[in-house]
Amino acid sequence: MTTSTDETSTDAPEAQSSPQAPRERPVGIGPLGWLRWGWRQLTSMRTALVLLFLVALGTVPGSFVPQRGLAPEKVSQFFTDHKTLAPWMDRLSLFDVFAAPWFAAIYILLFISLAGCVLPRSWQHYRHIRSRPPKAPRNLARLPETATYETEAAPDEVLAQAATVLKDRRFRVDSHDDHVAAEKGYLRETGNLVFHLALLVLLFAVGFGSAFGYKGNVIVTEGEGFSNALTSYDAFKNGRAFSSSSLPPFTVWLDSFKASYLPDGPDRGQPTEFSAKIRYQKDLKSSVRPYNLQVNHPLNVDGARVYLLGHGYAPEFTVRDGKGQVAYQGAVPFLPMSEATYASEGVVKVPDAQPDQLGFIGLFWPTAVPDAQGKVTSAFPAAWNPQVALFAFKGDLGLSNGAPQSVYRLDTAKLKPLLMGNKVKPLAVGQTETLPGGAGSITFTGYRQYITIQVNHDPGRVPALIAGIIAIIAIITSFLVRRRRVWVRARAGEGGRTVVEVGGLTLGGATPEFDAIAERLRETAPPTPDEE
Amino acid sequence: MVDPYLAHLSNQLMLGAVLVYVVTMVAYAAELSFARRRADAEVPADHARVLVGAGGPEVAETEAIDAEAGEAADEPASERRQIDWSRFAILMNVVAWGLHGAEIVTRGMAADRVPWGNMYEFVSAISFAAVTVYLVMLWRYKINWLGPFLMVAVVIALGIAVLWLYNDPGPLRPALHSYWIAIHVTAAVTATGTFTVAGVATVLYLVKSFVAVRPGGILSRVPAMPALDTVAHRAIMFAFPIWTFAIIAGAIWADSAWGTYWGWDPKETWSFITWVGYAGYLHARATAGWRGRKAAFVSLIAFGCLLFNFFGINYLVTGLHSYA
Repeated sequence: MTTSTDETSTDAPEAQSSPQAPRERPVGIGPLGWLRWGWRQLTSMRTALVLLFLVALGTVPGSFVPQRGLAPEKVSQFFTDHKTLAPWMDRLSLFDVFAAPWFAAIYILLFISLAGCVLPRSWQHYRHIRSRPPKAPRNLARLPETATYETEAAPDEVLAQAATVLKDRRFRVDSHDDHVAAEKGYLRETGNLVFHLALLVLLFAVGFGSAFGYKGNVIVTEGEGFSNALTSYDAFKNGRAFSSSSLPPFTVWLDSFKASYLPDGPDRGQPTEFSAKIRYQKDLKSSVRPYNLQVNHPLNVDGARVYLLGHGYAPEFTVRDGKGQVAYQGAVPFLPMSEATYASEGVVKVPDAQPDQLGFIGLFWPTAVPDAQGKVTSAFPAAWNPQVALFAFKGDLGLSNGAPQSVYRLDTAKLKPLLMGNKVKPLAVGQTETLPGGAGSITFTGYRQYITIQVNHDPGRVPALIAGIIAIIAIITSFLVRRRRVWVRARAGEGGRTVVEVGGLTLGGATPEFDAIAERLRETAPPTPDEE
Repeated sequence: MVDPYLAHLSNQLMLGAVLVYVVTMVAYAAELSFARRRADAEVPADHARVLVGAGGPEVAETEAIDAEAGEAADEPASERRQIDWSRFAILMNVVAWGLHGAEIVTRGMAADRVPWGNMYEFVSAISFAAVTVYLVMLWRYKINWLGPFLMVAVVIALGIAVLWLYNDPGPLRPALHSYWIAIHVTAAVTATGTFTVAGVATVLYLVKSFVAVRPGGILSRVPAMPALDTVAHRAIMFAFPIWTFAIIAGAIWADSAWGTYWGWDPKETWSFITWVGYAGYLHARATAGWRGRKAAFVSLIAFGCLLFNFFGINYLVTGLHSYA
């Protein structure tokens, strides 16, 4: 018995589909012919692969150039740093790679190409499964796996026996006059096709989800709440097919937020736990329920998911104006400048102050300590020694002209500085800064914490997940199963004996299975006398 | 929270593992050079120098050699000596692997969490996965020609981990407080380790395809190119579904941690690029005209993307995966 192995030869089903291989450009075939030619080009496996590589290549700038969706502040920094280059890069959508027209073009072409490649092959494979196993090649001895033996049994008996043996091994068997053809392992190509179909579904689900989904960010300070409506959000992004009526009408209140940090060691200041005690109400008729919102534990309400994304400090101030009246009282969210120390900055706007409006740019240090130069810095992200420094302005805040203004930025065009530079002294909780010229005073009364909440809805996530799981199962199946064909030919030889030839063809190299089959066939046949 | 005794023990075990890996490397190298000297003296009977399973029964080993090496069985002295080096190398390799495993376990016990939370732990776990895959393939396919080259990679990786990436064990940041760390990171580490084995085999394949093999040279000790290709392909076939799973598990985790299952975070982007690279390799290897050297290059590019994703993205680019 001889068995030869050819590991490298043919493994992949892909190699078989030659009809779609790109050909030379045809001449004089008319518009329909060109269309057909173009379609054939697009749906060839090579094109699909090239497009896949292009998608991969297209994502590369997305990981090096700052992206508006991920880090808008870095994008504006880039614009300041590279005044000539940035607008050109912007024209190529390099700051929104994943929403760029060219990226969408590759993505859609890939989708069509993959569909055009996989769907016809699925149909082919379906017909292949339904059809009979292919007939034996003329010369079985040329196959990679072969065996021959002689037996006393008649050819018909041998073939009937072979059919039984192969059927026992769950081959699909087709009997011919002089041979039996058998095939097995269709799951390989089935798995391969299901994998690619699942990827198509995955691509579709991702696109569908982003078209119908939305994502909104909002800051909620301790003791306050927010209702799920477009107007509540600080930032909101939605897909093309989104309508605001699809926002579920829930309300969330933040009771308290707790952040824990490593107090010492080399990773001092590294957060260990964030936990927000919230209450929520699905709609006005539902009861209010408590929930402990944590980083890996989003809240599911009515199809929307509520996430704890970030947190920060909102120092509380009481501002008295030039007339001695309380013009402002409340907590103002400051944005952290450093994750390690939570030194934060923010702006206090007091439009109600009389006679002049007041504005402050503030710095907040949760754990204020003097640094080497005698300036104040924050040494730790938790509020062990909270202090603020306030730069004061008076004049016109520029709110009356109706133009939208960031709450984190002070428009100083029409403002006159009151307190600047070295005159600004850090305030501890309870301390008051009196403004020069009888403009009023500001008291740092304490602080609250706030959390950044993200609310999102993506109708594509569950279909995408299911498609992903199916893809993995399918590809593992495809990798584990090998398609193999076995032919048994029996013909009358010399002296009334029967010569039996067994040939096997296994995609991806020989398996011990063929030897086992040949051995089994030989055992079941009555042996020839001289062989004994 | 952190057990200092166990943390210390883990560090000692790491040093022990690195030392024994170095011994393993030297033993494998000795095996190579002895084989070379012998081959210089004798007629090169390439496949004759077959290896020995790790600590299996004596009879079975001899049988394996007889079966595979045929005519080479009657070379008493030099063959004996060479087998000793081979057996010593494998024994040392298993010892190092055991110490390495104990290092990871004690590290996890010291910090009371899954021991893959920072770069030091990732490198250690990936090296461990690579050695594990190698030992399994050694047992099943007798690939100890890969041993010396893989050991060089492992010793370099662990050296970098100990010298530059070391971090005391400690608690994890809140984003990592999830059972998905055990699933996602384990899958990513296993796939990366296996891709590394494939990468070493692919490099040998390419070297062999460009450099003329001198009879008796180190390269003559490495099996023929189809066998190298098969080992690399097998490893990638094993790792690719696991990598796919790691990406999807990561997406599920990201969905609960960051509020989006796919946000094109740099790490996500490059894991996708790596996935595309290996998918390209699998297709290329199956396509006439791309099989062989071209497919091997695609595989190496994919491996380069994998390494860049691991080191480059963690140190050059800030993203949500910046845990270094």
